[in-house]
Amino acid sequence: MSDTAARYIEAQSPPPETMRKWNVARFAGWGFCTVWILLVCGLLWSLYNSFDPEILTRYLPKLFEGLVVTTQLVVFAIVFGGLLAIPLALARMSSNSILNGLSFCYVYFFRGTPLLGQMFLIYYGAGAMVEHLEAAGVWWFFREAYNCVLLTFTLNTAAYQAEIYKTAIESIPRGQREAAETLGLKPGITFWKIIFPQAMITALRPLGNEIILMVKGSAVASVVTVFDLMGATKLAFSRTYDFNVYLWAAIIYLSIVETLRRGWVRIETRLTRHLVR
Amino acid sequence: MDLISQLAWGATGWGDELAYGTLLTIQLALATLPFGLALGLLIALAQRSNEKSLVSAANIYTTIFRGLPELLTLFIVYYGGQIALQKLINLFTDTYVEVNAFVAGMIALGLVFSAFSSEVFASAFKGIPAGQGEAAQALGMTRWQALRLVTLPQLVRLSIGGLSNLWLILLKETSLVSIIALNDLLRNTNLAVGSTKQPLFFYSVALLIYLALSLISSRGLGAIEAYAKRGEKRVA
Repeated sequence: MSDTAARYIEAQSPPPETMRKWNVARFAGWGFCTVWILLVCGLLWSLYNSFDPEILTRYLPKLFEGLVVTTQLVVFAIVFGGLLAIPLALARMSSNSILNGLSFCYVYFFRGTPLLGQMFLIYYGAGAMVEHLEAAGVWWFFREAYNCVLLTFTLNTAAYQAEIYKTAIESIPRGQREAAETLGLKPGITFWKIIFPQAMITALRPLGNEIILMVKGSAVASVVTVFDLMGATKLAFSRTYDFNVYLWAAIIYLSIVETLRRGWVRIETRLTRHLVR
Repeated sequence: MDLISQLAWGATGWGDELAYGTLLTIQLALATLPFGLALGLLIALAQRSNEKSLVSAANIYTTIFRGLPELLTLFIVYYGGQIALQKLINLFTDTYVEVNAFVAGMIALGLVFSAFSSEVFASAFKGIPAGQGEAAQALGMTRWQALRLVTLPQLVRLSIGGLSNLWLILLKETSLVSIIALNDLLRNTNLAVGSTKQPLFFYSVALLIYLALSLISSRGLGAIEAYAKRGEKRVA
């Protein structure tokens, strides 16, 4: 039988590949990609063409110092802001209307106004209140632009993080709290051992976004003479008039944000691996 | 009070300057919006395409403009645009050109806005069942007709919440243009502070104006959202 089958149907070569049709999407896609390729070529050409070892040796270390300052600012602000955010979130959820109202106003103010304006208010406002601050013995803190910026970022991210924690804590079903109460657990233990760990998992993704927003937002520190990555870039540009330093800074910022984003996704998959069905 | 008189209209106070600054802030945000929305929708459509080159090009776009600090984007558009335009003009004549700060701000904010709004549109597209597209095809609609008559009207409803958030962010980000010497609310406040030496008062006023703007627009957007979702309301 198999002999006859082989006689009737001979081995076929695969059909020839048909050219895919050129349609609008394909045309646009290729055009778009060409633009990106041209831009990358232009970038490389520009970096190569104006390559000046003197500028590089003089300003590249400055950019890295700036990178360190940016990292410090973001890490400190996120950590201190997080510490401030938990009591704020708890106040937001409390039944005490005064606590609730105050924390609502705080969160609304910091989320509803531009970071740049908040920074000006604290930095220049502190400058105008030297006597009062000296009398209070805290002038040494406000004298440094860096500290003012750090304070602004901390207060700002605290408002955003408070909202994140509030949403996360509220996402835990009420039944769990009631069950814990039935089992005779104290409210504190219920919060730290049952509610908080689960809430943190929900908060993980928005928290990652907030860290990325902070990295990007920290660039405004350069406006009040803090030499973070952006500040160092502006300094280098004003000295050399070499536009490429902005492109270097863009590459550095992009790599930080992308690394953070991808790293955060990994952390999240790792921490939520028990939730995957 | 002495401070309140600083807000007087005319040559004696800063009230009119702050008002014009507020107007410019609103104008800039409103001018950016259609540009950013249209571009964001195009990018979202590109990300849904079957054409791989189009998808990857769109992904590169969103990665770049979501990852760069807005301030850096603004500087690159403003200074880089200036240099590029000057070089282009110098090929033909040697007149001096200057990039308009308003246009630079609009482009930079629009690029960032479009990158973020494309994500909103992309997730809104996912909220529309694929069966609807197939049904539209079965009825003999062209792809454009299906998009215009079936998908887009629902897209408005599904994306309005995310877009409202982006609008509030945009309103705050317009303050960055004060750094490239555009006389928006924050820069006029800076000028007022420079001349009166009353930073606490003037920056508080400016921040309260920003707060009022976002309060008013979130009320308005809430009303629009309620209107867009009127079909979802459950009748008891």
